[in-house]
Amino acid sequence: MNDWWTQLFDFSDYGALLALLHNSILAGAVLGIAGGLIGVFVMTRDLAFAVHGISELSFAGAAAGLLFGIGVVEGSIIGSLAAALIIGLLGSRARERNSITAVLMPFGLGLGILCLALYPGRASTKFGLLTGQIVAVGDPQLGWLAAVCGIVVVGLLVLWRPLSFASLDAEVAAARGVPVRFLSIAFMLLLGLAVAASIQIVGALLVLSILVTPAAAALRISSSPLWVPLLSMAFALVSLVGGILLALGASVPISPYVTTISFLIWAVCVLAGRRRRDRRTLGATKGVLAA
Amino acid sequence: MSEPVLSVRDAELRLGGRTLWSGLDLDVAPGEFVAVLGANGSGKTSLLKTVLGQHPLAAGEIRFAGEPVRRGDRRIGYIPQQRGQDPAMRIRGRDLVRLGVDGERWGPGWPSRARRERVDSLLDAVGASHYARVPVSLLSGGEQQRLRVGQALAGDPLLMLCDEPLGSLDLRAQRVVSELIDRHRRERGFGVLFVTHDVNPVLGMVDRVLYLAGGTFRIGPPDEVLTSAVLSELYQADIDVIRSHGRVVIVGAPDHSHHEHEHPVGGA
Repeated sequence: MNDWWTQLFDFSDYGALLALLHNSILAGAVLGIAGGLIGVFVMTRDLAFAVHGISELSFAGAAAGLLFGIGVVEGSIIGSLAAALIIGLLGSRARERNSITAVLMPFGLGLGILCLALYPGRASTKFGLLTGQIVAVGDPQLGWLAAVCGIVVVGLLVLWRPLSFASLDAEVAAARGVPVRFLSIAFMLLLGLAVAASIQIVGALLVLSILVTPAAAALRISSSPLWVPLLSMAFALVSLVGGILLALGASVPISPYVTTISFLIWAVCVLAGRRRRDRRTLGATKGVLAA
Repeated sequence: MSEPVLSVRDAELRLGGRTLWSGLDLDVAPGEFVAVLGANGSGKTSLLKTVLGQHPLAAGEIRFAGEPVRRGDRRIGYIPQQRGQDPAMRIRGRDLVRLGVDGERWGPGWPSRARRERVDSLLDAVGASHYARVPVSLLSGGEQQRLRVGQALAGDPLLMLCDEPLGSLDLRAQRVVSELIDRHRRERGFGVLFVTHDVNPVLGMVDRVLYLAGGTFRIGPPDEVLTSAVLSELYQADIDVIRSHGRVVIVGAPDHSHHEHEHPVGGA
């Protein structure tokens, strides 16, 4: 029992480790901002399942990148973008999208497993792609992660209003001339980038904890177009940075810490949101009756 | 008579190899209220889509404000049917209206006083101010459609396209929403093209009726179009139009839904 505990939480030499891993913490913060922000649209556009599908193909790309020496990062980005494009082009309706995702997912996973099986290198590197890394983030890795997340955030800010319009109210948006189809594809590409970035930290199987859970939690406690994205970013950031800080001295990957914090935030928001909703409904009824 | 805001000339629409209507001529004057009636599949909604520039015509021409129609003209307002499962249900009323104010512009749209005041005045104009901060999903169908009217007014429209805006509303809400649209078209002078399967809620407001059936159509004041003789000719079948207590009941039209809401008749 005690043994398990020291595997999970070990804060000896914490200061030295912190200095060593400050790149990981920065990476977590950057990813938290981008992931929390894009998560809001993943929720509104009902793309949670598609995110999972993209991440499996991104995993396949990363594994192929490892095997053929193209590079894990490059491979995962290529895989993500390909999956995002396929889902975006073929699945404009939710039902089509779900079946395409369901078809792509096992294919990607299988392809990835094949590439890893053929790869002669270390087993922990292979495992990390699926369930997250323990390794420190190096300077070049942090650089590309920041660049990818930067593209995601800037892209979302530019598209923000028409993308919100198209996501929330597609029919009226189309009547107003909002390029609904273009936005849908552009969003999928940004989503592909965000997935590829997330995979490097939490692994392909746990991407949803960054791209869905924080936004889902935020939507439980707010409907404000300003607060939902801000809260979602804060939740993703706390989950990632908190998870990395807790995992520093441990000998297990960071992902279980990240997913647990992210889940706990969501659970608290569900409880808080339930109380808020009861109050709201009551208030709304009163307001209408008074009018 | 002033220049028509919408002018349809010898227009033909084909969808999936089928001609929905052809030879359509229609002028909508500023401030005029035109109801579009007809069976399901007669091309009522498609007419609105062509005006929005989303469907090309097979022949003929549609001009809006003197120019050929194009996509995304802010001066055309659009009010869709209220639907319970839209993602728009999750946002607050004022945010729905705000989408109409600047939703099509690029960039994040940082909060500003000017925009807030614009949204407030639109909410006020449709009597939705007191529930503007409540999520749309918690509102009644009638309250939701008021917000839709506010959203559509945001572009200062010259023409308002309404696609079954009263669908799935109860009778009282139908009256409130149609009176709201009627009041604003009088005050602001925009033309209205109002697609509906039931003319009764707007019977006292419409200037003219466009009745589409069997690839052809008839336009005129409701008293002239909604008669047994005219509709029997349109449908090539025996149709009875019964007027009772100021309401119109159409009996015998194929897959019609013109019946009274209180007494639904089968065979739709």
